[in-house]
Amino acid sequence: MVTCLVDGLFPDVGRATVALLRRLGHVVEVPDGQTCCGQMHINTGYGPAAVGVVRHHVEAFAATDVVVAPSASCVGSVRHQHAALARQAGDTALAAAAEALAARTYELSELLVDVLGVTDVGAYYPHRVTWHPTCHSLRVLGVGDRPRRLLEAVEGLQLVDLPDAADCCGFGGTFALKNAAVSAAMLDDKLRRIAATGAERCASGDASCLMQIGGGLSRSGSPTRPVHLAEILAATR
Amino acid sequence: MSDAGWIPVAPPGVGHLRGGRPFPQEAADALADATLRSNLTGATTRIRAKRDAAVAEVPDWEQLRAAGAAIKDDVLAHLDTYLLQLEEQVTARGGTVHWAADAVEANRIVVDLVRAARADEVVKVKSMATQEIGLNEALAAAGVAPIETDLAELIVQLGDDWPSHFLVPAIHRNRTEIRDIFRRAMPGADPDLPDEPAALAEASRRYLRAKFLAAGVAVSGANFAVAETGTLAVVESEGNGRMCLTLPRTLVTVMGIEKLLPRWADLEVFMQLLPRSSTAERMNPYTSFWSGATEGQDFHLVLLDNGRTATLADPAGRAALRCIRCSACLNVCPVYERVGGHAYGSVYPGPIGAVLSPQLTGIESNATLPFASTLCGACYQACPVAIDIPTMLVHLRERAVAAGAEPITERAAMRAMAWLMASPRRWGAGLAALRAGRPLGPRPPLPPPLSGWTSDRDLPRPPARTFRQWWDAEGR
Repeated sequence: MVTCLVDGLFPDVGRATVALLRRLGHVVEVPDGQTCCGQMHINTGYGPAAVGVVRHHVEAFAATDVVVAPSASCVGSVRHQHAALARQAGDTALAAAAEALAARTYELSELLVDVLGVTDVGAYYPHRVTWHPTCHSLRVLGVGDRPRRLLEAVEGLQLVDLPDAADCCGFGGTFALKNAAVSAAMLDDKLRRIAATGAERCASGDASCLMQIGGGLSRSGSPTRPVHLAEILAATR
Repeated sequence: MSDAGWIPVAPPGVGHLRGGRPFPQEAADALADATLRSNLTGATTRIRAKRDAAVAEVPDWEQLRAAGAAIKDDVLAHLDTYLLQLEEQVTARGGTVHWAADAVEANRIVVDLVRAARADEVVKVKSMATQEIGLNEALAAAGVAPIETDLAELIVQLGDDWPSHFLVPAIHRNRTEIRDIFRRAMPGADPDLPDEPAALAEASRRYLRAKFLAAGVAVSGANFAVAETGTLAVVESEGNGRMCLTLPRTLVTVMGIEKLLPRWADLEVFMQLLPRSSTAERMNPYTSFWSGATEGQDFHLVLLDNGRTATLADPAGRAALRCIRCSACLNVCPVYERVGGHAYGSVYPGPIGAVLSPQLTGIESNATLPFASTLCGACYQACPVAIDIPTMLVHLRERAVAAGAEPITERAAMRAMAWLMASPRRWGAGLAALRAGRPLGPRPPLPPPLSGWTSDRDLPRPPARTFRQWWDAEGR
């Protein structure tokens, strides 16, 4: 599952996910029919308009064994919103299909650690890295320390703790537009804490949070660069 | 009217559930106040750390939380039965129960009771319900002076200000500001009053003691009411509540109808959940229980609806009525931490306010509040009665959109996006078209609301090829 943000703006994250899974010996398919999980519509109050998007998503992934996405936020929508939305629209068949798909859909670190049983993926990334665990990975999916365990096994990587790491970066989808000033104030605090770590890279598991953090790092002229977990795990010597 | 169309919501023009301006504007102003931000960040950070420690001590916290949610859900499912049981028990113990459909009726009942007692001054225990209905203004209009006796509430009252937090109504003030307020507005205050906490507390103690001894009527709220025994409970930290509840000849308690617990034994759960969640204490300093009229006191209980039945009518929103006003969700909310309580325009601020206020007033009056959140989930995690606030916010956003509260341009954009997303061919072409933005650089001149992004952040440079273009060309 290539999220719409990865597809349109951060294709390297998708390519890294493909490269990593192939290196681990898996067959990767990207269903042609997929578009978007509809999370932006749902979370902005346009759930009824997104029932068709959900139906489209469920049909596009009907023939899959296991689905993985490099995004806790999109997986969270698939797991906790799709079936409920279908039920609300009175479509019980779609709700059942969405539930079945949700049960085989994983965020990248969940797939690696829980399903494939690996923490050392054979990556090499010689950088000082700080980790921003996203809100949805922690509090919607509950991935816990899985991403950290993956990062700790990466050769050459020096992991530095981010103060108040679990605090939101301020993105929140359309929140960043509707409440731009509050979003920017939250980002300011996150950027200050990232700067305090002295890390070369700020890593995270969601392209959306990285777009917010990266946009702030770039604007403030910071030498720290944003990087997705998949890109680190795909990197080799 | 509620969205259901027939259940009345809290009426406009009375009380404090509606703000003057939309949340984003209030929030932007609050952000510009550096003193406010530093006061708030300091206070919420301290409370947060203490609360985490107080909760971590309890091995069965998650079970307590589940029990709290289950008890409150039982109350909400059988509210009619429990309310009548409460009325019967309070009446049997010599109290008088009054039913108020809304703020106007509740204010009229209390004003009439104060007049009947021939009082021109009432002492008050901090109460969210009386703030909600604007009782102080109603009393003042009737020539009665309400005296707030909770220290923080007194600071707010003397400062001609509004509470910005449930537990710490003056969280937005520091001690220098408090000293200045006392010097200016507290009758009999020392003109050289220092800003030491002990001196500030002593000044308010002297002022309030005289009020307690002289007042003929007290007005309180209630944290809980036990249907089985007709017992009311007030949980507090300063002892002012106990003074108000016991000294005056007449006691009037104003309580939202959702504050019920079925059984006395249920207090076991809530007396563990509330202090640890709110003040991070194992046990709060003062807990007062009373059942009906005691020791010759004249006791009146005013049961307030004011939009609660309308809230109860929405299956996806009613869990907001589980709230015990502990304020844990305020303290952990990254939005509240930065803008404070006033930006929400209601006596109920923060995440719980963002789901409660729009339901009490009807979504049209508070349409921007459900959007005042990144859906980060910290509130749900902290809530001692497990209210899934993020999911409820999304539901209320849907109600706001359905009510036509969002801009027509947004609706058009969302419809267009959904149309693109219904076809992989259209969607792929749409994403590929982002490439047109490559020469524009990180700060293109975008129209609102997109300019909200570029005012503080750079845009990522669109790639030369989308993922699916790469996949089709060489990825497969």
